[in-house]
Amino acid sequence: MPILSLDPRVNRLQAEQVSAEQGPVLAPGDHWPSYQVFHQRRRGEKHSSVGIVHAPSSEMAMALAKEQFGRRGETSNLWVVCSADVLEMDYADEDVFRTTPSKSYRDPAGYKVNDKIDAYKAKNQG
Amino acid sequence: MPTMSNSQPFPSGPLARYLLQIADDQLIMGHRNSEWTGLGPILEEDIAFSSVAQDQVGHALAFYEYLQAECGADHPDQTAFNRPENQMLCNGLVEQPIGDYAFSLVRHWCYDHAVRLRYESLSGIPNQTLQSIAVKLRGEVKYHTFHADTWMKSLLEGSEESRLRMLAAIKEVWPLALGMFESWVGEEDWLVELAGNGQGWYPGEAALRLQWQEQALRSLQTWGVDVEKLGLEKMEPVLGGRQGYHTVHLAPLLEEMTAVFRLDPQAEW
Repeated sequence: MPILSLDPRVNRLQAEQVSAEQGPVLAPGDHWPSYQVFHQRRRGEKHSSVGIVHAPSSEMAMALAKEQFGRRGETSNLWVVCSADVLEMDYADEDVFRTTPSKSYRDPAGYKVNDKIDAYKAKNQG
Repeated sequence: MPTMSNSQPFPSGPLARYLLQIADDQLIMGHRNSEWTGLGPILEEDIAFSSVAQDQVGHALAFYEYLQAECGADHPDQTAFNRPENQMLCNGLVEQPIGDYAFSLVRHWCYDHAVRLRYESLSGIPNQTLQSIAVKLRGEVKYHTFHADTWMKSLLEGSEESRLRMLAAIKEVWPLALGMFESWVGEEDWLVELAGNGQGWYPGEAALRLQWQEQALRSLQTWGVDVEKLGLEKMEPVLGGRQGYHTVHLAPLLEEMTAVFRLDPQAEW
């Protein structure tokens, strides 16, 4: 049975629903891969992840990303990276980070230098 | 009845007329392209194409404002929405209904490359204000042509179906696209005058058409289109728009576009 939706874009796919558990059967090209978009506000600043676009190629991803993420505010540059090319950690391995918050000695806030700086300043001003 | 404005419909002088043609093209093209908003093939493209349409209406405004400030034209709202059909100077290509997405994409590609050439030429004008308008708008058109090129390449090099649909659209659009470069009243004298003043920035419609056609055909060939087989080089342009004679599609468009404006033509927006 073809999947029917209120969205004409879904109907145009004419995708078959096999069962309730299984997703629709899509032909190659029916479903475009996603591309991660990185936005840079000004030259020299870092590129930050801002979201994704769906596209059949990286050129198209760039053409679409420009309007999704560069149409408001300041933009200097964009990167697009196919999501499949991003190596992601498994959430099952999240436990490797579990003890990190308790290692406060790695936090620079643990170093008490302000007293020394203030003393140095006072000495040099006087 | 709307109150007719006291200002003359055409601001005088060939430069003003030329700019009015560009502005009218942008206004009508932007309006047409905006008809895709909410209906685009995919969400991201819907947003991108709508944004291009918005840019185009903005370009029309930039020139209408210049015409008001420097050439004695009426307020941009009046110039855009209060002229009868036979005083509009847009070309036949931009008037056409949106058709299918292949038609709209091919039109977008043909149109924005022509605009690119006009802005490149206009940025050489010895007029500081117009030069900076042209330089500013060129950046937006650079994106428009990148967007159009990406779709053209993608669909012409895509599946059998996408290729055939694009080829059919190219054949349909071509004669209308050639009409973008219709010679206009006063053009010839102006070219002589410009040459006399040592101004080479405006090459004239025939030269722009040659330049456009050469670049367009070259791109189509790199995307594997047999331009000879399509018969593009033998096609004749659809003319009339620059003289105020329009295709049957403009009148209903103006009717719809100006409906709200006509409720109260003197309203402040």
